[in-house]
Amino acid sequence: MKKDKTLIETRELNLHMGPQHPSAHGVLHLLLEVQGEKIVKAEPDIGYLHRGTEKIAENLLYHQFVPYTDRLDYLCAMSNNLAYVSAVEKLLGLEIPERAKYIRVVAAELSRIAGHLIGVGAWAVDIGAMSVLLYAIREREMVLDIFEMLCGARMTLTYLRVGGVRYDFTDQCVEACRDLIKILPERIDEYEEILTGNRVWLDRNKGVGVISAEDAIDLGLSGPALRGSGVKWDIRKDEPYLVYDRIDFDIVTGENGDCFDRYIVRIGEIRQSLRIIEQALNDMPDGAFAVDMPEIVPPEKPAVYKNMENLIHHFKYVSHGFKVPKGEVYTSIEAPKGELGVYIVSDGSEKPFRLKIRVPTFMNLQTMNHLCKGGYLADVIASLSSLDPVFGECDK
Amino acid sequence: MLSGNKKNVLVDKVKSAFGGDILETIVFRDEVTHIVEKSAIKLLALFLKSDPDLRMDYMVDIAGVDYYLESPRFEVVYHLYSTFKKHRIRLRLRVADGESVPSVTDVWRGADFPERETYDMFGIVFDGHPNMKRIYMPDDWEGYPLRKDYPLRGYKDRYNPFGEEK
Repeated sequence: MKKDKTLIETRELNLHMGPQHPSAHGVLHLLLEVQGEKIVKAEPDIGYLHRGTEKIAENLLYHQFVPYTDRLDYLCAMSNNLAYVSAVEKLLGLEIPERAKYIRVVAAELSRIAGHLIGVGAWAVDIGAMSVLLYAIREREMVLDIFEMLCGARMTLTYLRVGGVRYDFTDQCVEACRDLIKILPERIDEYEEILTGNRVWLDRNKGVGVISAEDAIDLGLSGPALRGSGVKWDIRKDEPYLVYDRIDFDIVTGENGDCFDRYIVRIGEIRQSLRIIEQALNDMPDGAFAVDMPEIVPPEKPAVYKNMENLIHHFKYVSHGFKVPKGEVYTSIEAPKGELGVYIVSDGSEKPFRLKIRVPTFMNLQTMNHLCKGGYLADVIASLSSLDPVFGECDK
Repeated sequence: MLSGNKKNVLVDKVKSAFGGDILETIVFRDEVTHIVEKSAIKLLALFLKSDPDLRMDYMVDIAGVDYYLESPRFEVVYHLYSTFKKHRIRLRLRVADGESVPSVTDVWRGADFPERETYDMFGIVFDGHPNMKRIYMPDDWEGYPLRKDYPLRGYKDRYNPFGEEK
């Protein structure tokens, strides 16, 4: 029998991995050009969750904007608060009390644990290991319980304010944090048992979505994804803010720049965060938790009812806010997803003239084409999940 | 405080290399800002990336600012970081309504999305950008939302009953 010598005709197909997709981590529209199973080009199309946060900021007083920052990366709310509040304090030239700094460090690291837990959990469920998400959410519940003890809310905390924090870090919270530090390491060992040595996990993640250090820096990648490529860049170590220069912790890096290394970095960072929390709890001094300037931090409500001056300060705070010197400032912190920066241009009034939020997910998504090109369709999911995008912050 | 060494490199070296193009240098709260001429931005970008003392290899962000009543109206702000030397710098350049700015995507590929965002929100076109189209708003949107004369609630149309009349 004569074999048919003609080649099979193939055609490039444009696939929409649509905004509504169980593995899209929110609303990501990926336009994929595929040839058979191989990806030729992957272009992210974002903007489905754009809410105009920056435009709204131009009409609000500085302290009124803090709840909007929670809604950016809603899975790790405290970090976004921290970035914004640090920027305003830098512009004001304000120095917050020591206790407030330690409380902020504990809150930021708890947010990092919460964010990484759900990032790894969602990644595992996208690949197919469904039980890991349930375990991660079980641990995240412990962290959310601590948040509820701190400030009454679980997800959108608004715990930080310009000049300090809103409520004190009670002994009950200290106890709960110490319990967390005792329990969590074994639970993370459980996840590692399911995932790190698992053949399916290794096959789907090793060698997938490789990006070299030079390409990653050129494309604007930051955070755990960049550290997976071997770059030792962590803003907490290089440009320390709050009290990170007094706390001892390691930077976890990967070697090959593939998805598996990014996973190892994230798990390692959860363990390092526990170390940081333990040291911060041991070193936390007593004292005030907010700066003692009534224009910036209003007096507490019971005191307002008793004293005329407090009433006036409260009224002025709520209606006029505080004036900020003219100038511009850019502050960045190491958020769980990367470098989160806030750029404020002030014209001397009590509302920001221009507020720009530099969002890590927005910049990290530029690498999608580089990671997916030449790979298979199934690897797109692994690469996307390893970048851990959250569209609340990407689309602002 | 801004240590003397950093100040020398970030401020003085750049100024001595690009004397006339740097209109103003501001040091505020330990941050160095250079206000530059639009025509010099490409050369300045290459200089900042390749100079061995500066080595600004990381594009942090590109923002646009709308100064409604001044002329030239817009300002494009570049934030840069060096992963080697661990220092930051900010460049600002003024551009009028309708003018375009040379793109720096061939110097830092990470400038791709931020330049698209500045175009989408302000209408500042970047020449030489590989994919100059809107990023947040739908592709057929009219108007540039972050301009000061664009209303906060948008314009009234079939989907938006709260908007202002056009």
